[in-house]
Amino acid sequence: MITQTHYLVLSTALFFIGVVGVMTRRNVIVILLSIELMLNAVNINLIAFSYYLKSEIGQVFAIFVICVAAAEAAVGLGIILAFYRNKETVNIDEMNLMRW
Amino acid sequence: MEGQLAFYVLSACILGFAVLVITARSTVHGILFLVLDFLFVAGLYVLLQAQFVAVIQVLVYAGGIVILYLFVVMLVNLKRPPEAHKDRHRRGRLGVALSLVVLAEFVMIALFGYVGPGVGAEGGGLSVRNVERVGWMLYTDYLVPFELASVLLLVAMIGAIVLARREL
Repeated sequence: MITQTHYLVLSTALFFIGVVGVMTRRNVIVILLSIELMLNAVNINLIAFSYYLKSEIGQVFAIFVICVAAAEAAVGLGIILAFYRNKETVNIDEMNLMRW
Repeated sequence: MEGQLAFYVLSACILGFAVLVITARSTVHGILFLVLDFLFVAGLYVLLQAQFVAVIQVLVYAGGIVILYLFVVMLVNLKRPPEAHKDRHRRGRLGVALSLVVLAEFVMIALFGYVGPGVGAEGGGLSVRNVERVGWMLYTDYLVPFELASVLLLVAMIGAIVLARREL
Protein backbone atom coordinates (compact mmCIF):
# COMPACT_ATOMS: atom_id res chain seq x y z
CA MET A 1 0.00 0.00 0.00
CA ILE A 2 1.27 3.44 -0.90
CA THR A 3 1.31 5.73 2.12
CA GLN A 4 2.00 9.41 2.62
CA THR A 5 5.60 8.54 3.40
CA HIS A 6 6.16 7.25 -0.13
CA TYR A 7 5.05 10.57 -1.58
CA LEU A 8 7.10 12.53 0.94
CA VAL A 9 10.22 10.52 0.04
CA LEU A 10 9.55 11.05 -3.67
CA SER A 11 9.12 14.80 -3.28
CA THR A 12 12.19 15.07 -1.05
CA ALA A 13 14.26 13.25 -3.67
CA LEU A 14 12.92 15.50 -6.43
CA PHE A 15 13.60 18.63 -4.35
CA PHE A 16 17.13 17.36 -3.66
CA ILE A 17 17.78 16.85 -7.36
CA GLY A 18 16.65 20.43 -7.91
CA VAL A 19 19.01 21.68 -5.19
CA VAL A 20 21.92 19.81 -6.77
CA GLY A 21 21.06 21.40 -10.10
CA VAL A 22 21.02 24.91 -8.60
CA MET A 23 24.29 24.33 -6.75
CA THR A 24 26.35 22.65 -9.45
CA ARG A 25 25.32 24.05 -12.81
CA ARG A 26 26.62 27.29 -14.29
CA ASN A 27 24.03 27.88 -16.99
CA VAL A 28 21.38 30.24 -15.63
CA ILE A 29 18.67 28.61 -17.74
CA VAL A 30 19.44 25.19 -16.24
CA ILE A 31 19.30 26.77 -12.78
CA LEU A 32 15.81 28.08 -13.53
CA LEU A 33 14.83 24.59 -14.75
CA SER A 34 16.05 23.18 -11.43
CA ILE A 35 13.89 25.70 -9.57
CA GLU A 36 10.91 24.44 -11.58
CA LEU A 37 11.76 20.90 -10.44
CA MET A 38 11.77 22.07 -6.82
CA LEU A 39 8.39 23.77 -7.24
CA ASN A 40 7.06 20.52 -8.67
CA ALA A 41 8.29 18.65 -5.61
CA VAL A 42 6.34 21.08 -3.44
CA ASN A 43 3.25 20.53 -5.57
CA ILE A 44 3.52 16.75 -5.19
CA ASN A 45 3.55 17.26 -1.43
CA LEU A 46 0.46 19.48 -1.53
CA ILE A 47 -1.50 17.11 -3.78
CA ALA A 48 -0.51 14.04 -1.73
CA PHE A 49 -1.73 15.66 1.48
CA SER A 50 -4.89 16.78 -0.27
CA TYR A 51 -5.54 13.13 -1.17
CA TYR A 52 -4.78 11.66 2.23
CA LEU A 53 -6.66 14.33 4.18
CA LYS A 54 -9.58 14.19 1.72
CA SER A 55 -9.67 17.93 1.24
CA GLU A 56 -9.32 20.08 -1.87
CA ILE A 57 -7.38 22.84 -0.11
CA GLY A 58 -4.08 21.28 -1.16
CA GLN A 59 -5.13 21.36 -4.80
CA VAL A 60 -6.09 25.04 -4.50
CA PHE A 61 -2.67 25.86 -3.12
CA ALA A 62 -1.01 23.79 -5.85
CA ILE A 63 -2.78 26.03 -8.38
CA PHE A 64 -1.37 29.09 -6.59
CA VAL A 65 2.11 27.55 -6.71
CA ILE A 66 1.77 26.98 -10.46
CA CYS A 67 0.71 30.62 -10.80
CA VAL A 68 3.79 31.80 -8.91
CA ALA A 69 5.97 29.51 -11.03
CA ALA A 70 4.62 31.10 -14.20
CA ALA A 71 5.37 34.58 -12.86
CA GLU A 72 8.85 33.49 -11.79
CA ALA A 73 9.61 31.99 -15.20
CA ALA A 74 8.49 35.15 -17.02
CA VAL A 75 10.52 37.54 -14.86
CA GLY A 76 13.54 35.22 -14.65
CA LEU A 77 13.71 34.74 -18.38
CA GLY A 78 13.34 38.51 -18.87
CA ILE A 79 16.32 39.05 -16.57
CA ILE A 80 18.32 36.43 -18.50
CA LEU A 81 17.53 38.16 -21.80
CA ALA A 82 18.52 41.58 -20.44
CA PHE A 83 21.73 40.14 -19.00
CA TYR A 84 22.58 38.35 -22.22
CA ARG A 85 22.05 41.53 -24.18
CA ASN A 86 24.60 43.30 -21.98
CA LYS A 87 27.29 40.67 -21.50
CA GLU A 88 26.77 38.04 -24.23
CA THR A 89 26.79 35.15 -21.78
CA VAL A 90 24.50 33.20 -19.45
CA ASN A 91 27.26 32.01 -17.14
CA ILE A 92 26.32 32.56 -13.50
CA ASP A 93 29.96 33.24 -12.59
CA GLU A 94 29.95 36.39 -14.68
CA MET A 95 26.82 37.74 -12.98
CA ASN A 96 28.73 39.89 -10.51
CA LEU A 97 27.53 43.39 -11.38
CA MET A 98 25.98 43.94 -7.96
CA ARG A 99 28.56 42.06 -5.92
CA TRP A 100 29.96 44.14 -3.06
CA MET B 1 -1.90 -3.35 -6.63
CA GLU B 2 -2.16 -1.48 -9.92
CA GLY B 3 -1.90 1.73 -7.92
CA GLN B 4 1.36 0.56 -6.36
CA LEU B 5 2.83 -0.42 -9.72
CA ALA B 6 1.75 2.90 -11.24
CA PHE B 7 3.27 4.83 -8.34
CA TYR B 8 6.63 3.11 -8.62
CA VAL B 9 6.81 3.42 -12.41
CA LEU B 10 5.83 7.10 -12.28
CA SER B 11 8.29 7.83 -9.47
CA ALA B 12 11.14 6.14 -11.30
CA CYS B 13 10.37 8.12 -14.44
CA ILE B 14 10.06 11.42 -12.52
CA LEU B 15 13.36 10.99 -10.70
CA GLY B 16 15.20 9.62 -13.75
CA PHE B 17 14.13 12.47 -16.00
CA ALA B 18 14.89 15.00 -13.25
CA VAL B 19 18.46 13.69 -13.11
CA LEU B 20 18.63 13.93 -16.90
CA VAL B 21 17.40 17.55 -16.74
CA ILE B 22 20.26 18.68 -14.54
CA THR B 23 22.95 16.58 -16.23
CA ALA B 24 22.14 17.18 -19.91
CA ARG B 25 24.98 18.90 -21.72
CA SER B 26 22.66 20.65 -24.14
CA THR B 27 20.14 23.06 -22.63
CA VAL B 28 17.54 22.19 -25.26
CA HIS B 29 17.76 18.51 -24.33
CA GLY B 30 17.37 19.46 -20.67
CA ILE B 31 14.20 21.40 -21.44
CA LEU B 32 12.73 18.50 -23.43
CA PHE B 33 13.47 16.14 -20.53
CA LEU B 34 11.70 18.64 -18.28
CA VAL B 35 8.58 18.37 -20.47
CA LEU B 36 8.59 14.57 -20.00
CA ASP B 37 9.12 15.04 -16.28
CA PHE B 38 6.11 17.35 -16.04
CA LEU B 39 3.95 14.87 -17.94
CA PHE B 40 4.83 12.09 -15.50
CA VAL B 41 4.12 14.41 -12.56
CA ALA B 42 0.71 15.05 -14.13
CA GLY B 43 0.20 11.29 -14.21
CA LEU B 44 0.98 11.19 -10.51
CA TYR B 45 -1.68 13.87 -9.93
CA VAL B 46 -4.24 11.71 -11.74
CA LEU B 47 -3.23 8.84 -9.46
CA LEU B 48 -3.93 11.13 -6.50
CA GLN B 49 -7.38 12.02 -7.90
CA ALA B 50 -6.48 15.62 -8.68
CA GLN B 51 -7.57 15.65 -12.29
CA PHE B 52 -7.98 19.42 -12.55
CA VAL B 53 -4.45 20.15 -11.34
CA ALA B 54 -3.13 17.46 -13.69
CA VAL B 55 -4.73 19.20 -16.68
CA ILE B 56 -3.42 22.57 -15.48
CA GLN B 57 0.03 21.02 -15.11
CA VAL B 58 0.03 19.84 -18.71
CA LEU B 59 -1.44 23.05 -20.12
CA VAL B 60 0.51 25.64 -18.14
CA TYR B 61 3.79 23.88 -17.43
CA ALA B 62 4.36 21.55 -20.35
CA GLY B 63 2.53 23.77 -22.81
CA GLY B 64 3.33 27.30 -21.68
CA ILE B 65 6.29 27.73 -19.38
CA VAL B 66 8.55 25.22 -21.10
CA ILE B 67 7.86 26.74 -24.51
CA LEU B 68 8.88 30.09 -23.01
CA TYR B 69 12.17 28.51 -21.94
CA LEU B 70 12.69 27.09 -25.43
CA PHE B 71 12.13 30.54 -26.96
CA VAL B 72 14.74 32.08 -24.67
CA VAL B 73 17.27 29.33 -25.43
CA MET B 74 16.75 29.95 -29.13
CA LEU B 75 17.17 33.72 -28.62
CA VAL B 76 20.27 33.31 -26.47
CA ASN B 77 22.45 31.79 -29.15
CA LEU B 78 25.36 30.48 -27.10
CA LYS B 79 28.73 30.59 -28.75
CA ARG B 80 30.64 29.60 -25.64
CA PRO B 81 28.63 27.45 -23.25
CA PRO B 82 29.16 28.23 -19.57
CA GLU B 83 30.27 24.72 -18.68
CA ALA B 84 33.30 24.99 -20.98
CA HIS B 85 34.93 27.20 -18.42
CA LYS B 86 38.27 26.64 -16.75
CA ASP B 87 38.45 24.85 -13.38
CA ARG B 88 34.93 23.61 -13.78
CA HIS B 89 35.05 21.28 -10.77
CA ARG B 90 35.74 24.03 -8.27
CA ARG B 91 32.13 25.08 -7.82
CA GLY B 92 30.85 21.55 -8.41
CA ARG B 93 32.27 19.90 -5.29
CA LEU B 94 31.16 22.72 -3.00
CA GLY B 95 27.71 22.64 -4.58
CA VAL B 96 27.28 18.91 -4.03
CA ALA B 97 28.43 19.30 -0.42
CA LEU B 98 25.92 22.10 0.23
CA SER B 99 23.16 20.02 -1.39
CA LEU B 100 24.00 17.11 0.90
CA VAL B 101 23.62 19.48 3.85
CA VAL B 102 20.10 20.30 2.64
CA LEU B 103 19.31 16.59 2.30
CA ALA B 104 20.63 15.94 5.81
CA GLU B 105 18.34 18.70 7.05
CA PHE B 106 15.33 17.00 5.49
CA VAL B 107 16.34 13.67 7.01
CA MET B 108 16.69 15.28 10.44
CA ILE B 109 13.24 16.82 10.10
CA ALA B 110 11.85 13.43 9.11
CA LEU B 111 13.56 11.65 12.01
CA PHE B 112 12.97 14.11 14.82
CA GLY B 113 9.93 16.02 13.68
CA TYR B 114 6.46 15.25 14.89
CA VAL B 115 4.77 12.60 12.79
CA GLY B 116 1.06 12.41 13.28
CA PRO B 117 -0.94 9.24 12.97
CA GLY B 118 -1.30 8.14 9.39
CA VAL B 119 -4.59 9.06 7.87
CA GLY B 120 -6.50 6.24 6.25
CA ALA B 121 -5.89 6.30 2.56
CA GLU B 122 -8.14 4.08 0.58
CA GLY B 123 -11.23 5.38 -1.03
CA GLY B 124 -11.94 9.02 -1.33
CA GLY B 125 -14.69 11.17 -2.63
CA LEU B 126 -12.03 13.46 -4.06
CA SER B 127 -12.42 12.47 -7.68
CA VAL B 128 -16.17 13.02 -7.69
CA ARG B 129 -16.79 16.36 -9.42
CA ASN B 130 -13.21 17.41 -8.78
CA VAL B 131 -13.30 20.49 -11.00
CA GLU B 132 -16.54 21.70 -9.50
CA ARG B 133 -15.29 21.37 -5.94
CA VAL B 134 -11.93 23.00 -6.62
CA GLY B 135 -13.62 25.85 -8.48
CA TRP B 136 -16.15 26.30 -5.71
CA MET B 137 -13.36 26.55 -3.16
CA LEU B 138 -11.39 28.99 -5.33
CA TYR B 139 -14.33 31.33 -5.71
CA THR B 140 -15.62 31.24 -2.13
CA ASP B 141 -13.08 30.57 0.61
CA TYR B 142 -10.00 31.55 -1.38
CA LEU B 143 -11.39 34.44 -3.40
CA VAL B 144 -8.95 37.06 -2.07
CA PRO B 145 -5.81 34.92 -2.71
CA PHE B 146 -7.22 34.13 -6.14
CA GLU B 147 -7.53 37.81 -7.00
CA LEU B 148 -4.08 38.50 -5.53
CA ALA B 149 -2.69 35.79 -7.81
CA SER B 150 -4.14 37.60 -10.81
CA VAL B 151 -2.47 40.83 -9.64
CA LEU B 152 0.80 38.90 -9.26
CA LEU B 153 0.53 37.66 -12.84
CA LEU B 154 -0.18 41.18 -14.06
CA VAL B 155 2.88 42.53 -12.24
CA ALA B 156 5.03 39.69 -13.62
CA MET B 157 3.79 40.42 -17.15
CA ILE B 158 4.61 44.13 -16.87
CA GLY B 159 7.99 43.29 -15.33
CA ALA B 160 8.87 40.87 -18.10
CA ILE B 161 7.93 43.42 -20.76
CA VAL B 162 10.00 46.15 -19.08
CA LEU B 163 13.00 43.82 -18.66
CA ALA B 164 12.89 42.63 -22.26
CA ARG B 165 12.82 46.13 -23.74
CA ARG B 166 15.76 46.98 -25.89
CA GLU B 167 16.95 50.12 -24.13
CA LEU B 168 17.34 48.77 -20.60
